[in-house]
Amino acid sequence: MRERHEFHVDSARYLDDHGKPMDDLPALAGDTGRVLAAYRNMVLTRTFDAKVIALQRTGKCGTYPSVLGHEVIGTAIGQSMAKTDVFVPYYRDQAAHMLRGVGLREMLLYWGGDERGSANWKNCPEDLPISVPIATQCCHAVGVASAMRIRGEERAVVCCVGDGGTSKGDFLESINLAGAWHLPVVFVAINNHWAISTPRSLQTGAETIAQKAISAGLPGHMVDGNDYFAISEALDTALERARGGKGATLIEAVTYRLGDHTTADDATRYRTAEDLKRAWGKDGIKRLQNWLHDNDLWDAAKEKALQADSKATVEQAVEDYLAIEAEPPTAMVDYLFETLPPALQTQRERIVSKYRGGES
Amino acid sequence: MSKGELRDVTLVEAVNMALHWEMQHDENVVVLGEDIATNGGVFRATVGLKEKFGFKRVMDTPLAETLIAGTSVGMATQGLKPVAEFQFMGFIYAGIEQIVSHAARMRNRTRGRLHCPIVYRAPFGGGIHAPEHHSESTEALFAHIPGLRVVIPSSPQRAYGLLLAAIRNPDPVIFLEPKRIYRAVTQSVENNGEALPLDTCFTLREGDDVTLITWGASVTETLQAADKLSHQGVTCEVIDVATISPLDRETLLCSVAKTGRAVIVHEACRNGGVGAEIAASIAESAFLDLQAPVVRVTGYDTVMPYYRNEAAYLPQVEDIVEAVEQVIAL
Repeated sequence: MRERHEFHVDSARYLDDHGKPMDDLPALAGDTGRVLAAYRNMVLTRTFDAKVIALQRTGKCGTYPSVLGHEVIGTAIGQSMAKTDVFVPYYRDQAAHMLRGVGLREMLLYWGGDERGSANWKNCPEDLPISVPIATQCCHAVGVASAMRIRGEERAVVCCVGDGGTSKGDFLESINLAGAWHLPVVFVAINNHWAISTPRSLQTGAETIAQKAISAGLPGHMVDGNDYFAISEALDTALERARGGKGATLIEAVTYRLGDHTTADDATRYRTAEDLKRAWGKDGIKRLQNWLHDNDLWDAAKEKALQADSKATVEQAVEDYLAIEAEPPTAMVDYLFETLPPALQTQRERIVSKYRGGES
Repeated sequence: MSKGELRDVTLVEAVNMALHWEMQHDENVVVLGEDIATNGGVFRATVGLKEKFGFKRVMDTPLAETLIAGTSVGMATQGLKPVAEFQFMGFIYAGIEQIVSHAARMRNRTRGRLHCPIVYRAPFGGGIHAPEHHSESTEALFAHIPGLRVVIPSSPQRAYGLLLAAIRNPDPVIFLEPKRIYRAVTQSVENNGEALPLDTCFTLREGDDVTLITWGASVTETLQAADKLSHQGVTCEVIDVATISPLDRETLLCSVAKTGRAVIVHEACRNGGVGAEIAASIAESAFLDLQAPVVRVTGYDTVMPYYRNEAAYLPQVEDIVEAVEQVIAL
């Protein structure tokens, strides 16, 4: 039998678990400003995350999916993207949203049950809102990328999806189209090993998620999602390729979901403490902090100041969020269509009369 | 009214004409679907578009309905106006999650920051001896969803004018084309880019004794029934609902207030059908005008039979006549 095609999947990692270089670092490591900004965003994200969970526990926020363990990937995405690129997120991309310019207040509003959380995104008005139905956003990403291709623009899309999401047709149909149409899109499959309680091993018999790219005619790469340098380099390369008209890329960014699926979940029901402990040993934030220390770019005083700054930023956002009153009940019909159809006008009048003065 | 070329066209040709017009006049309009570019669509609704507007705007997609529905959402958020074709309504279901969870909600969930001016076209309904899964009328599924418009033309003129309106509408429209009457008749249509109003019923025939409410291919049998009944001295008001969601209740209720009787005719099965919503609206708002109970003439609450029995499933002229005689007798 003649072999038609053989493939391999590469896997990139630069820093060991303690932040020591295992190889020559990519050039971006020399951009001290970028690396320090990345570290600051990771710490801010983690500070924000802990606070939102606390708010949920005290009844001041709704069900919330912790971003713990995803901070490095999201930060790298936010940094690698150009302002004119379009981000198509899933629901655990807080770190990327922050760098895209979505306010912490907006994220709190969204998880705090207020539609306005996805409204006022003036720094990234074309970014899609958080997508809750798993992997459905992948189809939007190729749609946005198609629009860019039709108009001949040198822009690109970044789309995130979880390891569970790669089992869905939406993901597979989308990477397939991205390959067939040479679309300017970068898919980041964030493999955190868990789809709620279902382990990565039950999602697919394939050894890697990255290799699914090959079936779609795309390059696929695996990277250590807790290695800031590896994931940033992969994203920079893929985005340059996409913007240059060379087509799509799938990056499998491997990490571990260090928190529960959401505040409504209890991960101790399905995974062991040893597993979790092992994953904490690979934490990407600690790794980068160690690297910064080793390169005389960081010290205890700076860390203390950053922690205080992050806390103050988050507290201010929480204060702003809690100060915003709920929209009037009429808002529930006022944004459904551009113009309210007569059929809904009667229902709107009913809302107005039931909640006097409650008009938007 | 601007002057345009006057052509005798079928319903499917009117669809094609409207697509040509709007692609010509709005560069943001793009067309996508299975077999729609080189082949011009399995019903030839998109024939000639690729030659005129090129592959960039007339896109043959992979065979993936979820993708067709969802990629249209992404395109729309970029300001394009996608007109996506599902080859048959029986294959639209894989796209429903994208339509319901995203296209219908994008404006609302971003408070207007993004919106989805998409037209999802699909041929629907029975009567052409098609294979299994090719003959269903499941418009009620979409009529139930807030944020969607569901528009059904029943003549070449209305296909032309309503499709133009649907494409120009800034919100998503499910545009269902009754394929049984795709080529049943020709009508003179002026190719002048004039849209017809959405959210509006069309009164096709005025009458005093009973209001016949219908849409899609059933308009044909309903008009024939009205004709037949006129020989018996019964005058029927025939209303083509056209936009089944959101409903133009005012036109329906005004007519029922005049006639005091209503018969609703639709091909879809009865349980939970759009006829039920109309009947409920009449009961709520025109009960005191009624001289007889509202009667529905519909398909049966069963799976659409294969074509040897499809005529037995579809509402026939005599069913409508019988229903009218029943309400007139009261």
